[in-house]
Amino acid sequence: MSAGPRLLEVRKNVLKQNDLMARALRERFRAQCTFVVSLVSSPGAGKTAFLEKMLTMLQPHYRAAALVGDLATENDAIRLARSRAPVKQITTGTLCHLEAAMVERALDGWQTGQLDFLFIENVGNLVCPSSYDLGENLRLVLLSVTEGEDKPLKYPTIFNSADVAVISKADLAGAVEFDGDLLKANLEAVRPGMRYFSVSAKTGAGMDECLEFLTERMAEFAQRTPA
Amino acid sequence: MHELSIAMSIVDMAQEEAERRDVTIDAVYLELGALSGVVAEALSFSYEMACSGTPLEGSRLVIKQVPIEAYCSCCKVTRTVSSIQWFCCPECGTPTPEIIHGKELAITALEVHDERRTAPAGSA
Repeated sequence: MSAGPRLLEVRKNVLKQNDLMARALRERFRAQCTFVVSLVSSPGAGKTAFLEKMLTMLQPHYRAAALVGDLATENDAIRLARSRAPVKQITTGTLCHLEAAMVERALDGWQTGQLDFLFIENVGNLVCPSSYDLGENLRLVLLSVTEGEDKPLKYPTIFNSADVAVISKADLAGAVEFDGDLLKANLEAVRPGMRYFSVSAKTGAGMDECLEFLTERMAEFAQRTPA
Repeated sequence: MHELSIAMSIVDMAQEEAERRDVTIDAVYLELGALSGVVAEALSFSYEMACSGTPLEGSRLVIKQVPIEAYCSCCKVTRTVSSIQWFCCPECGTPTPEIIHGKELAITALEVHDERRTAPAGSA
């Protein structure tokens, strides 16, 4: 009674579970009127330095908090706590990226009060995080001038999945003979029309423009959200 | 390297479907977009490992790679972009930020037969 092999048509998104969780998170953030920004970059591009500076600049006017992902250590949370914003570390063990369920678990029972901004710093990795929606409203990709202008061409998937780029460590641009025009052309090639900001978290150069961009986007988001 | 956890999801989803329909899976057909962030070779390798000790052991993963297609606002048609590093229309050169295809990561079909395969000893 065995029939021969046959083909069953199905349609199943492999990342459905993550996507459903991300959608639920996005709805929850919208209900709370919290604008969520995720940060992706290679290890050592300066996500934490950028975030520490950004949280400090936002603090007087906005309620902001951060979730930071790393394979191990609480070092980033300790650094970011200097901004006096609520910060929580997610240690992933050996996992190379954050998933929506980890964000959900980290939020569980975390008393932050009403937030205007939540930043989610992903594990330093330009490959795997591109596949996982975390429920964010904006994905920000950082690359430092020391990494070279061709980073977008080497990792097009993550750059294409991001909404805005931040070129960090701009104070070192001269020392490494960084070619800003070449980087702009490369960004435009992999993500046409993408906004970018050149910043130095160390000197503060460019941080005001970036802050203005984020607060504008947050205000647009808040306007679209029913009170 | 997140391909192993993705392969495990594929095996779980396919097996769930097989149990629901009371069939045994010979092959899983997958659409994999060039912008999915998943590497076909690493996924194929991981799939074998993920199947080991499950009712899908010995089954095949058939990957159909999906190229990146984007909408050209100038030509008003969808075109395959020439390279993952160059999102522009291959005909007129207009930048093409609007991606139509290329992010797929989906099971599209299962090759099955009705005889239930006995689960290998030791599997849950």
